[in-house]
Amino acid sequence: MSALHPDESTAQRLAAGALPPRGSPAPGTGDGTLIDTPGVRSPLVLNNRSFGEVTNIICGYTENPPGRWWLPVFGLTSTIAGIGTLMILYLIITGVGTWGLTNQVDWAWDITNFVFWIGIGHAGTLISAILCLFKQKWRTAVNRAAEAMTIFAVICAATYPGIHVGRAWMAWFMFPLPNANAIWPNFKSPLLWDLFAVSTYGTVSLLFWYMGMIPDLATLRDRADLRLRKFASGPVLSPLLPIRIDRIRAYAYGFLSLGWRFSSRHWHRYEAAYLMLAGMSTPLVLSVHSIVSTDFATAQLPGWHTTIFPPYFVAGAIFGGFAMVLLLLIPCRELYPNMKDFVTLRHLENMAKILLVTGMMVGFAYSMEFFIAWYGANKFEQDVFVYRATGPYWWAYWAMISCNVLSPQVFWIKALRQSPLVIFIVSVFITIGMWFERFVIIVSSLHRAWLPGEWHMFYPTLVDILIFVGTFGIFTTLFLLFLRVIPVFAMAELKAVMPQADPHGHHDDDHHHGHGEVHAPKGGH
Amino acid sequence: MNAPARFVTEKGQPLYGITAEFATPAAVYHAAETIRDAGYRAWDVYAPFPIHGIDEAMGIKRTKLPLIVGAAAAVGVLLGYLLQWWGSNVGYQTVVQGKPFGSVTEGGWESFVPITFEVGVLLGSFATLIGMLALNGLPRHHHPLMKKDRFLRTSDDLFMICIESKDEKFDPDRVKELLKSAGGTNLDLVEDK
Repeated sequence: MSALHPDESTAQRLAAGALPPRGSPAPGTGDGTLIDTPGVRSPLVLNNRSFGEVTNIICGYTENPPGRWWLPVFGLTSTIAGIGTLMILYLIITGVGTWGLTNQVDWAWDITNFVFWIGIGHAGTLISAILCLFKQKWRTAVNRAAEAMTIFAVICAATYPGIHVGRAWMAWFMFPLPNANAIWPNFKSPLLWDLFAVSTYGTVSLLFWYMGMIPDLATLRDRADLRLRKFASGPVLSPLLPIRIDRIRAYAYGFLSLGWRFSSRHWHRYEAAYLMLAGMSTPLVLSVHSIVSTDFATAQLPGWHTTIFPPYFVAGAIFGGFAMVLLLLIPCRELYPNMKDFVTLRHLENMAKILLVTGMMVGFAYSMEFFIAWYGANKFEQDVFVYRATGPYWWAYWAMISCNVLSPQVFWIKALRQSPLVIFIVSVFITIGMWFERFVIIVSSLHRAWLPGEWHMFYPTLVDILIFVGTFGIFTTLFLLFLRVIPVFAMAELKAVMPQADPHGHHDDDHHHGHGEVHAPKGGH
Repeated sequence: MNAPARFVTEKGQPLYGITAEFATPAAVYHAAETIRDAGYRAWDVYAPFPIHGIDEAMGIKRTKLPLIVGAAAAVGVLLGYLLQWWGSNVGYQTVVQGKPFGSVTEGGWESFVPITFEVGVLLGSFATLIGMLALNGLPRHHHPLMKKDRFLRTSDDLFMICIESKDEKFDPDRVKELLKSAGGTNLDLVEDK
């Protein structure tokens, strides 16, 4: 966008370029955001970026061609997604007998994967809603990507209830719709609560994500429109179809941004709406995994029938979700180096701390389950827990413990929780561990229920495995598309937390001072 | 435009308003206070992000959106409960675990709480987005300001104030004077087309 008419902000930017960049690393503090001085806030955006630079960088992810890595990676993930989809088709045509389910272990990978994905989908709304209510400004750098991840994870999760009913074309019977048999669903069943919780969660997450995006889509629209007005020609779709890509962008983003024009009277209602959505999403996100946990907790089965399940599931969901956010953002930071200006080491460290806290919460829940099994003096309950740790699925149990409880303990050491590589590796472990947690809860409880005569092992089939791998393909494919077409960072929110956005503390002349200083607000509030 | 325009540009087009540019949030914030105190009503500040405290600087009244959202959420709660009560007591009575069918009067309503809550949140959320857009007069596919190239920069890093010609106090010369004295640059006439 260098062809634009220079204005004061450009002049400022040029003047600022003569100064040493404020965010340049001080020795021993990584990117300069890791100084632990009380009263000094770490900068949220590095390298002395101006508003215009922030716009250019973030819009550039969608406007410029992606790196060479994008197409091969996209080809790989979409192939995996395709294989998974074909396997789902095969399952629908053939029946759920293609899964390794048995009469006794009638929930296995399908529900394990459902709970796994829906759990991952919790981090996005946690970041956008709960951290918003707590005024955690650092969330602005990660909320858009985390919300996108939430929606993609819910899509993967919602696949499973749809296909595990067996006759997928009858799945609409789950909804309370009038039908020829005059049957209405059992509203007292947690399975129906689950349907309402997950579909409400998916819808509200989508609304939240979309509303947050409207101004940023309008920015993309305006930039495409400006290029159309300024330049007589530009890249076209193909020589045979000479439609300018900017024309398509202007229409597409124009349609999606609903005519947003950055009016402060609109911003006023927008901020109120955002706060209310955050306020409603906070109990919603806590309710979703609580309700998922009642699918199990209200059953009589030993190992499931416990009151600790709702908070335990919610903590686990946040734990697994943050691990997935980090799994996506750390490679993105490496592939797009200028993302490091927005997702700083401080952001990663904050999230590593959340992993440590929630990891210990699930660790506490694991030990409390054992304690209650012993203290409750129920023979069946006790045996299920002994079998969990020492029975045929002992390896799943200990994989869960070592990944979820032990691996995050490395974050007690400052240097390790500040290292992106270590955080990435631990996040891989946590993702594996959280999958095993659901496997342990579901399969190891079901495979040894009341009577020894109904004890069965569960073995996954190829269809089980490929559908699960396929959901990872769907998830990463959607995320890669997201990187290309949607502003990856919430630009408007990010600009609003930059120091020069403060109408009281910063004027034109002291633009380059006091990034991290605490300003006493002047003027009446 | 049924009534003849009060003001026209040199080209004979009706006038939408006069814009002025500002480089920083602080500049536009103080200019907003000036224009508020001068008593104008039909005017707006355009900024790439919500400037902290601009509502008060502009004298914007608190939005009625929470009332809309609250009403929608209440309707959702009511509908969610009625759906379950009707389905369990009238539409299709099923005895589950020997418990009452479920109603506030006869007991057993507790198991209706989760869905009641979810439907309330669902309707409340839709009302938040749709209500916000409706109060803002969106979606809207065109606006006179968007004809101006400079205006499109407000989605990037430019701050702008537009005083609209429909304001009762609007007088082109005085408005220009006011915007200039408030620190505005690049004053521009916006045609209403």
